[in-house]
Amino acid sequence: MTVAENLFIDVKVDDSIKNDPAITTKLVDACPVDIFAAGESGSLEIVTKNLDECVLCNLCVDAAPAGTVEVVKLYE
Amino acid sequence: MRFFEYEAREIVKRAGIPVTDYGFTRSADEAREIAERIAGPTVIKSQVLSGGRMKAGGVQFADTADEAKAHAETVLKLEINGHMPRGILVDPKADLKQEYYLGVVWDGVRKKPVMLFSDMGGIDIEEVAEQHPDHVGRMHFSSRTEPLDYLAKECIAQTGVTGRALQRITPILSRLAKLFLERDMTLAEINPLGELKDGSFVALDAHMDMENEARPRQKALLKDLEIGDEETREAREATEFEIAGEEVDGMDHRGVAGNVTEFDGNLGLVIGAGGGSLTLFDAVRKFGGEPANYCEIGGNPSVAKACGLAKLVLQKPGVDKIAVMMSIVSNTRVDIVARGVIKACLELGYDPAEKIAIFRIPGAWEDEGYKILDKYGVEYCDRSVSMHQAAKRAVDKIGAAA
Repeated sequence: MTVAENLFIDVKVDDSIKNDPAITTKLVDACPVDIFAAGESGSLEIVTKNLDECVLCNLCVDAAPAGTVEVVKLYE
Repeated sequence: MRFFEYEAREIVKRAGIPVTDYGFTRSADEAREIAERIAGPTVIKSQVLSGGRMKAGGVQFADTADEAKAHAETVLKLEINGHMPRGILVDPKADLKQEYYLGVVWDGVRKKPVMLFSDMGGIDIEEVAEQHPDHVGRMHFSSRTEPLDYLAKECIAQTGVTGRALQRITPILSRLAKLFLERDMTLAEINPLGELKDGSFVALDAHMDMENEARPRQKALLKDLEIGDEETREAREATEFEIAGEEVDGMDHRGVAGNVTEFDGNLGLVIGAGGGSLTLFDAVRKFGGEPANYCEIGGNPSVAKACGLAKLVLQKPGVDKIAVMMSIVSNTRVDIVARGVIKACLELGYDPAEKIAIFRIPGAWEDEGYKILDKYGVEYCDRSVSMHQAAKRAVDKIGAAA
């Protein structure tokens, strides 16, 4: 049976920061469970298979400009 | 971990306990040389980590060096209970007046080590304890201080042994107790301790089991005995299920989700936390449940690891349901384990509400965990339900389903 890779957590990222290499670096450094990765030319990528490992630390929310990263609990 | 007899004898010897002038070898020619050195009747003993040597023909008596060589050739090729011998021990045949039993074990109920003594050595102590309880002495002692001679003496005296024998055996039992503590043993046994016709006392056989976790502390001893890290000395080979459990635990560095032991039951266990695994396993059995496995989970494993362990248990043939139970957790997150076990059910195509008989993990991030369990309809309980009560619920549920 195929189930979604992320059952419990999703992360929403505002388009305005998706191609900002400086913010990408900050998010990659901040996340303790490697949910963020840098794509080509520093674009921000979400590593879906790691989403459910999110420990709800909110370090990503703090690292990015206010309101641009949101951690969503899919079970609420 | 268990030691071969020849290693156990060396440990005993180092503790200052008299032993016979034995020799260990892997060749029949060398066995002959040892027998020549002994210059008298000898006993050829197979060195296997298994009981029943005598019955299987692994212990032979020889009057001459040539006979010793011939027996050595036979014994070295003899498989005993699936084990080929590591080598053989060539021992002088003792001229015995009396045999005694000396042992030190850990008493799990009193939570103290206990010295054991019997003046009926050479046979199983369990048999003596059952049929001749007045011939077994027991004396608990503290594991925090050096065992005192007078405790050993009182232990021996309980069996009616007096006089010279009492005086001579006392320091031997006391040294065995000291060895037990210093070498992190779970069992230190001399059976028999022989009183020879010349009046001397010697250890004629020894059995030592050491705490596995003590291997780093006892590195020097293990090196001296030429026991490498690769020699696990487990009682049996790991099963495929158990090896798979180790692989799950090795997935990443976070926490523990492994140490799996396979059993035959139908209730899979995902259990742990500060001794909780043993308590919960026992609790399941107490209420008539049949565990499919033992395992340990703790130290905040990743969701992937918790999921991997739960999947392994769920896929074990014969498992109807799993019980996810821990003691109160502080360094493991309830929500992370909840995510892992629910994910395991869903990825295997099961309904978590059906497959998880009970989820009882109170502690860190429990509110978050309970939200997840609520969403998937899994029955859970908080710390107001004891581990025993939770185990009973799981057993009742699986009984009702059967």
